[in-house]
Amino acid sequence: MPLLVINMPWLTILTLIPLACGILLLCVGPERKAFARNLGIGASTVSLLIVLLLWGAFKSASGGFQFEESHQWIPSLGVRYHLAVDGLGLVMVLLTALVVPLALFASWNIEDRVPFYFGLVLLLEAGLFGTFTALNFFHWFLFWELSLIPAFFLIKFWGGPLRSGAATQFFIYTMAGSIAMLLGFLAIFLATNEFDFNELAKLGPGGLAASFAGKVSSVDPKTVVRMAFAGIFLGLAVKVPLVPFHTWLPSAYAEAPTGTTMLLTGLMSKMGVYGFLRILLPIFPEEIRWVLTPLLWLTVISIVFSAGAAFAQRDLKRLFGYSSINHLGYCLLGIFAVATPAAASVAPATERVAALNGVILQMFNHGLTAAALFWFAGLLEQRGRGLRGIDDFGGLRKVAPVFCGLMGIALFSSLGLPGLNGFVGEFLIFKGVFPLASWAAALAVIGLLITAIFILGILQRVFNGPLNTRWSAWPDLTQRERLLAFPAIALMFVLGIYPQALVGAINGTVVRMVERFTI
Amino acid sequence: MNYVELLSAAAPETMVVLAAFAVLAVGLFAMRDVEPAIRRLIEVMIGCVGCTAAIGWMVALPQHTDLLGGIFVVDSVIQVVKIALLTLTILALLISQDSDFTKHVGEYFALILMAAAGMMFLVSSEDILFIFVSLELTSLCLYVLAAFNKGQEQSAEAAIKYFLFGGMSAAFTLFGLSLLYGLAHSTNLAEIAVAVRSAGLDPLVVLGIVMTLVGFGFKVAAAPFHLWAPDVYQGAPLPSAAFIASGSKVAGFFITARVVSTGFAGQLPNQALPAGWPVWASLLAILAAVSMVLGNFAAIVQTRVRRLLAYSAIAHAGYMLLGVIAQGTPATASLVYYVITYALTTLGAFGVVAIVQQQTGDDRLTDFAGLARRSPGLAVCMMVFILSLAGIPPLAGFFGKFYIFSAVLQGSAPGMKALWLVAMAVALSAVSLYYYLQVLKQIFVVPASAEKEIHFRTPLLQQVVLAVVALTVIVLGCAPEWLIHRLTGVTAVAGL
Amino acid sequence: MLPKDEPRLVRGFALVTALAGLACAFCGTLRFHPGAIATVARTRWIPSLGIEYYLAVDGISLTLLLLTGLAAVAGILFSWNIETRTNEFFAFYLSLIGGVYGVFLSFDVFLLFVFYEIAIIPKYFIIAIWGSTRREYGAMKLALYSFAGSAMVLVGLIAAFVLSGAKSMSLLELAKFPFPHSFQLWAFPLVFVGFGILAGLWPFHTWAPTGHVAAPTAASMLLAGVVMKLGAYGCLRVAMTLFPQGLDPWGWTVLGLGSWRDVLSLLAVIGIVYGATVALVQRDFKFVIGYSSVSHMGFVLLGLMTLNPFGLMGSVLQMFSHGVIAGLLFAVVGRMVYDRTHTRELAQLEGMSLNTALPFAAATFTLASIASMGLPGFSGFVAELQVLVGAWHAYPALSILTGVGVLIGIAYSLRALLKAFFSDQPASDQTVPNSGLQHLELSPISTPERIGATILVLASLLIGLYPRLLLDLIGPSFGSPLFDGLRKCVGSSWS
Repeated sequence: MPLLVINMPWLTILTLIPLACGILLLCVGPERKAFARNLGIGASTVSLLIVLLLWGAFKSASGGFQFEESHQWIPSLGVRYHLAVDGLGLVMVLLTALVVPLALFASWNIEDRVPFYFGLVLLLEAGLFGTFTALNFFHWFLFWELSLIPAFFLIKFWGGPLRSGAATQFFIYTMAGSIAMLLGFLAIFLATNEFDFNELAKLGPGGLAASFAGKVSSVDPKTVVRMAFAGIFLGLAVKVPLVPFHTWLPSAYAEAPTGTTMLLTGLMSKMGVYGFLRILLPIFPEEIRWVLTPLLWLTVISIVFSAGAAFAQRDLKRLFGYSSINHLGYCLLGIFAVATPAAASVAPATERVAALNGVILQMFNHGLTAAALFWFAGLLEQRGRGLRGIDDFGGLRKVAPVFCGLMGIALFSSLGLPGLNGFVGEFLIFKGVFPLASWAAALAVIGLLITAIFILGILQRVFNGPLNTRWSAWPDLTQRERLLAFPAIALMFVLGIYPQALVGAINGTVVRMVERFTI
Repeated sequence: MNYVELLSAAAPETMVVLAAFAVLAVGLFAMRDVEPAIRRLIEVMIGCVGCTAAIGWMVALPQHTDLLGGIFVVDSVIQVVKIALLTLTILALLISQDSDFTKHVGEYFALILMAAAGMMFLVSSEDILFIFVSLELTSLCLYVLAAFNKGQEQSAEAAIKYFLFGGMSAAFTLFGLSLLYGLAHSTNLAEIAVAVRSAGLDPLVVLGIVMTLVGFGFKVAAAPFHLWAPDVYQGAPLPSAAFIASGSKVAGFFITARVVSTGFAGQLPNQALPAGWPVWASLLAILAAVSMVLGNFAAIVQTRVRRLLAYSAIAHAGYMLLGVIAQGTPATASLVYYVITYALTTLGAFGVVAIVQQQTGDDRLTDFAGLARRSPGLAVCMMVFILSLAGIPPLAGFFGKFYIFSAVLQGSAPGMKALWLVAMAVALSAVSLYYYLQVLKQIFVVPASAEKEIHFRTPLLQQVVLAVVALTVIVLGCAPEWLIHRLTGVTAVAGL
Repeated sequence: MLPKDEPRLVRGFALVTALAGLACAFCGTLRFHPGAIATVARTRWIPSLGIEYYLAVDGISLTLLLLTGLAAVAGILFSWNIETRTNEFFAFYLSLIGGVYGVFLSFDVFLLFVFYEIAIIPKYFIIAIWGSTRREYGAMKLALYSFAGSAMVLVGLIAAFVLSGAKSMSLLELAKFPFPHSFQLWAFPLVFVGFGILAGLWPFHTWAPTGHVAAPTAASMLLAGVVMKLGAYGCLRVAMTLFPQGLDPWGWTVLGLGSWRDVLSLLAVIGIVYGATVALVQRDFKFVIGYSSVSHMGFVLLGLMTLNPFGLMGSVLQMFSHGVIAGLLFAVVGRMVYDRTHTRELAQLEGMSLNTALPFAAATFTLASIASMGLPGFSGFVAELQVLVGAWHAYPALSILTGVGVLIGIAYSLRALLKAFFSDQPASDQTVPNSGLQHLELSPISTPERIGATILVLASLLIGLYPRLLLDLIGPSFGSPLFDGLRKCVGSSWS
């Protein structure tokens, strides 16, 4: 690569493009629909290209942070403008760049205040890029919050009948978590004068507590660290979400317009998991170990409960929402299991590497699959004139075979069928977790079983079975829609058969993470 | 001692008395048939000329004499006070130029000048007998001045109250002074001081001191001897009320301060009393506290501006008593500063009230409504006066309060022990803002009711006078250094 | 004095004056050496009492001067439509601003007090004459509370002056003077609370919601934006500088509180939470903002009490930030909405679909709400962040409580925003005729309003993204000799 190209501040540009275009669109009047749509797609496509460029230039072997940008910002507060990506960051950025155009296409039919909508989505994309590339808390938090506001408005204005309540609940819940996270970080800052993630991670286990000594009056340093940990944990747990902090999710996912839900499930929930990987695991390994068993229990409950709840749902969107909680639960299971003290299990580091690889893969794959699933559910709702209950349809295979076929593939991927991308992540996670925390893995399998049941249930009730005469004139996928679905489905196959495409990039990073971790 | 000496020492007073006679004479002989307005103008001019001459004399030929063993004393601080008194007289004369409540114009102005002369004699004395005589001279003139408006019952009522209260207080004063004389075998304040010091807490001495202070307390309208004030301020003809409110306060406080600091100063602090203060200080402290409380709270409920000013006068008397309690040069200088600026401000306020009352017939708060529209100049002047009374910087009233309060705490007696008094004064001063703002609210905020859309006819002379007074108040507040410096200097020299 | 029938002339004059003031502040900032105290003017005024006409600036003063300039210009822009007694309005307004500038510039305690008091009377008149709801009551309450506060300060100041030998009233001299410990223990709370009344210290804050609601828009902007900061500035500049030992522990505890510092921190946090909670249930739009001011000022006071460089910097930054944000909020509520719809009841505004009728106002208020919530990107975040860091050091439990307060703050801001602008239901207040979704024809937002709003939004955004601009001014100021006593305080944390 020519040197000039390498030295440009790509990450800043990556974030700036959607940000600038988003703001531009917000100022445009509501009549300019075509302009808005085109600009939206254009900006997100450009971002995708940049990400692919970065992907190409990425040296996966080293696993360290690349494309680093570091400038002084607020020295008196220890805030630096510090961006970089490692394997993990790159994968997340790629996911973002892929899902956003899909979501925009899925929103092509929106007629009300189009520039506003597309502008908000672009702002959300900017927020995501910012979060995934940030290495300093201030920057991270800025974009974390930045992503909330467009999401709120997207649900509030273009959502379903219960959207006001859903939007407000979503906002308040997430904000509460954010404040807890902020407080936690401020406590850390007080002790260490650092907001930089890398610096904090370098302190190593026990280092954080040591730096608290003498800094806070009247409270024992260990307690303060735990309080900080609790705050940050809370903030991230709300986002993922982890049961019992999940109650905002079903309504939000159900009421939001399709494109927004794709973003919510595909990307925003990953912010939480990313946070666990980037912040909680490196900085608070001791504290995670301190509450390891309760955490694992919580995760297992989350997995099983959400699967069960999904099974009980009749509304497809709510069903998929619960299913998201379930899938992400596996990610958290992997993360927490990796934190198990080395002495407690005899598993070599390879298991940890496997688990973490699985986590990241699962993030990516679920992002893709869930986005696709919600899109299909959106199409169902659209064609079904507002209905989206599991029992409202039936025998669609007869009238829309392509649609059912493609959606079936996505459903199978969600189920974890080998050969599709959903399998790889879950497999690696379980491979890693079984030696580390066998009981948790065993219980989590129940989740897999229940998932299988309800997914098959959907297939049975929606696609097969007798044709509901109401839908005899059901239109199949149009040319455009097929064109849209194709890359996503293709990717599902590719990643299912050749996961090395992703693993190659992230393995180096994961190995580093685990190394630093194993004491 | 020869009469030339006496005459030159008492020249200013003489000039004023002569002016009084001249006014009377002119009125009686030359102007019987002249139109009242012109008559008033001419007589006011004569009076002003006389006063100005007196001021000029004092400025040009400053004196230091002590005649007849303290009966008539002239030194720098006394001259400053006299100049102030004369200025107030001039202003009072100018304000009254437009009043037409009486046919006996000459007598009226002559009485004002005589009262002024009495006050001047009052402040020049260090002999209790002479003090009493001058006090009576002044008071008698003021009683008559209060009664001058024969067309109104209120005027007579006010004068009767004033006279009865005044007579009684004169009795108290005389009784107290006679006890002190009995103790000291002399009417000179310095010798009384010696006797008081050696007598300690002899009950007769205490009684004498208390009685004297009661009498003076009446004069300056300190509570609980204030009962005459609201009625007199309300009922007496406006120029009289203005003069009483300003001139007699200046004289009264000055002489109280002198009597206390020169006469009673010897009294040692007594451990038996709270705060270890001397008797007179404790008494004055109580008077001050009661005045401040009563004056401020009673003013809140007033609906007539003159009565409001009366109660505010009582409150201010309380603040000024703090200056009397404290000893030392800063305290006395601050007291003189405060009382002079207060007198100017009150005079100005009364001047505005005079004009409003003239135009609307009454002085209720509602009569001031919309004054800002009807006569902006007058409204601004009134705002200056009211805010100065309230103690808002950068006006003279604020600075006076600050000066007095800090002077009270400085110095050894009573020093920081008076902190509670000062705190009380500041707090009550804050309360006073409420009723002062009521007046300003009427003037600026409330729109004038339709029937009262009278175009204000403000006589030019009075406007000019009021503007000058307002300007002085502002200047004295923003740049008080000149006056303070002079006062501190002369007070120190006088050993007060 | 200007001709009565030329309101344009008057407005123009006022605007030019305000801009000139802002320009001076800017120039001063550009030429300033951080950490220094730059003298602007110093002459002897009343030598007999050691009083000087001493104007000077340090970083803290400059920050607040900038704020005043911004608020003044914006306020005048938002008052462009005043038609009754225009001359007098702008005359009072400019004198109020003059008084405020004076306070921020004074380095002589007497002079500071003089300017502080001068500012009270114009406030009264502006509210009493041009205000709205219960204006005479609101104006009187505000004037009396302010005056009472300044009375408390006066007592403390006189006592300090006398005790120090009555030689000088200069801030630097008095700060150096070693007042007796017992004296400082009562003088400090007296003066602090005296100034704190104006800063909205709980429970003396009750004048604020009434006063702000009663005041006309420009006055509310100035009141909440700048005048409340006068109080906080006084707390910092006078109380904490002259009597730092007043913050020391008493040696005994009551209810877990062992010093004035504990008491005041607790009151500050109560103010934060109480203000936010009460704002949550208000029916009148302007009252929501009024109580939010009380809540935000709690941050300022808490920051002061942390005695920590971060907390103190955050406190001053919050003064600036909230000044700008409060100005924005009041501008939207008062000028953009109330002047057009003549109602401030949220229940009625719900039905008016204001986001389509007044899109600029909706957008501005959205940004202002986001800023008020303390979301990153705007100045409030950085300020609150610093205050919270400081609070963690000194009072960890209180910092968690403050976090709760922030959350409630988010809730009420959201509620007000949604109800006023983005509601899709018809008005819940059925007693109003024509309720039901209306599409009102409201006059568009005028150019002065747009300019004013833009200025304020940009200011908040600029400082939110690049707070160094102000922090580099504020931080070093705490190293000046003025704050020696404070730095040596018990329980302070200066590294």
